[in-house]
Amino acid sequence: MIGRFGKSWLWAGFAFLYIPILTLIVFSFNDSNMLSVWGGLSLRWYYALVADEQIQSAVWTSLKIAFFAASTAIILGTLAAFAISRYKRFAGRTTFLAHINAPLVVPEVITGLSLLLFFVACENLFGGASLRGMQAIWIGHTSICTAYATVVIQARLTEVDRSVEEAAMDLGCRPFQVFYLIILPSITQSLASAWLLTFTISLDDVVSTQFLMMPGTTTLPVLIFARARLGLDPMINAVATITVILVGTGVAVASLLLVRQERLRAEAQAAAYREATLAARAT
Amino acid sequence: MPALAANPVPERVPGPLARLYGRLREINWGRKSVIGIPFVFLVLFFSLPFLVVLKISVSEADGVQFKDLIDFADGTLTLRLKLANYQFLATDPLYLRTYGWSLAYAAGNALICLFIGYPFAYFMTRARPTLRPILVMLVSLPFWTSYLLRIYAWKGLLDDNGVVNNFLLWAHVIDSPLKMMYTSFSMMIGMVYTYLPFMILPLYGTLVKADPRLLEAAGDLGTTPWKAFWLITVPLSKGGIIAGTMLVFIPSVGEYVIPELLGGPQTLMIARVLWNEYFQNVDWPMASAVAVIMVVLILIPLVLLNRYQNVDATAAGDGRRRKGAAA
Repeated sequence: MIGRFGKSWLWAGFAFLYIPILTLIVFSFNDSNMLSVWGGLSLRWYYALVADEQIQSAVWTSLKIAFFAASTAIILGTLAAFAISRYKRFAGRTTFLAHINAPLVVPEVITGLSLLLFFVACENLFGGASLRGMQAIWIGHTSICTAYATVVIQARLTEVDRSVEEAAMDLGCRPFQVFYLIILPSITQSLASAWLLTFTISLDDVVSTQFLMMPGTTTLPVLIFARARLGLDPMINAVATITVILVGTGVAVASLLLVRQERLRAEAQAAAYREATLAARAT
Repeated sequence: MPALAANPVPERVPGPLARLYGRLREINWGRKSVIGIPFVFLVLFFSLPFLVVLKISVSEADGVQFKDLIDFADGTLTLRLKLANYQFLATDPLYLRTYGWSLAYAAGNALICLFIGYPFAYFMTRARPTLRPILVMLVSLPFWTSYLLRIYAWKGLLDDNGVVNNFLLWAHVIDSPLKMMYTSFSMMIGMVYTYLPFMILPLYGTLVKADPRLLEAAGDLGTTPWKAFWLITVPLSKGGIIAGTMLVFIPSVGEYVIPELLGGPQTLMIARVLWNEYFQNVDWPMASAVAVIMVVLILIPLVLLNRYQNVDATAAGDGRRRKGAAA
């Protein structure tokens, strides 16, 4: 069906996608100051990593920002996705859609620059403490992440069977109850994947962070970027290996859990359907 | 709503307060806040900041402050727009070349991704149905690992004494190391590498939906497989081609990290210019003007696309959606 040419094209493509990541991992265990020269197996760069306080504090800052940005983004994203999929007509719907999608197409240098100049303008207008730093990065990441979260959640929301909501409404459920009891359980999966996705996006963001940060709030990507600019640094490889392992297991475990949950849900649905058909046949 | 309901206003008094209350009752607060909260957030932290950029790009710098655009003194209202930045940006040959190269690199990236990605997505749909979800996961998995680290990886591969050069020297393909790093070549490799999945996923999405019976029918009627491919498969995947090309082209125009880490000092990309105007020259009005021009550069293809075919932004979000669905 696929042919030898097709197979080799796929293999070559996957090699192109994965070889860089694999070399990163392999060279993180290299006992040599020269990154590209193999000097034997060693864990010295991992020891160096443990000793590097700058990297540790950057990791902590990044994790904090990513947690808050992802959490805010899925709340805003759920609201936005709900508005898009359930309210087909409202004043300013086009503007609303444009606002949700704009962060996906506007380059990050612009998002970063404009938010920074906005904060500076606010400082000049209202005085007070500097708004830059953690909060600014959090806001910047949230607006980018909200766009992604909305796309993911909206895709799921449009799939959810509307008739169940309508039935609940007919039986006297208030809109909030409908959301809480019916919609929320059926979109949990997409909320989880949206959270994970936006968490990794925030954790990986360097450009807008560079604009919005203050000296005390260096994040991990900013630090890596600064070091990578200077040249090759085997410690970055060690960081990369750890991230790949963490993200790899995280994604694998999450997809396994989600697949299982989906299967259980499908089974429960099938069982309910079976029962209903049997009951209908009995009468 | 319950908070308002707990505080009823006597109906006998149709005063202004009651009327206001009545009007407030009529508003669907749940619906309003579902739409309003994300809207207000994005207006406040996304479009309003861009208006600030627009304003600063035409402002006269006065130290760290900017002069007001509108001035009212001696009974005259003056609107002062400093267009010198735009004048400069529209005439300076270096800047003009930068816009041209940014668009050219982005278009080249999209074309190369299409050339590699189309056969890739096509062969993915030809794989066993049980294997397909795994292939899709393998394509989207690199999304989840840090993009910065994956670009950094190419530094080690393409360096003068990097892995690729060492391998070629060892295999006696070359006698002296090739200069690959810090050139347009290394930058293009990094761009294609980063954006290839954005091309493959929407293409796969449309190709996998194509009905194989159409190809069978074409074969039964005597069409060669190659001709059938061009007459049936390619037109059916038009949506995927457009979505993928846009998903690659648009972010490539404004790419900063890849040209900075992998490109040479002479590799002109507009985002780098903006960055340098802001961080090195500390010229905020100029950086703002560059930002405005960048938005225009990106809006043009989007508007053209919209006119050509009503592909809404949800189609452009297709690959990104799948990125989330992969989890």
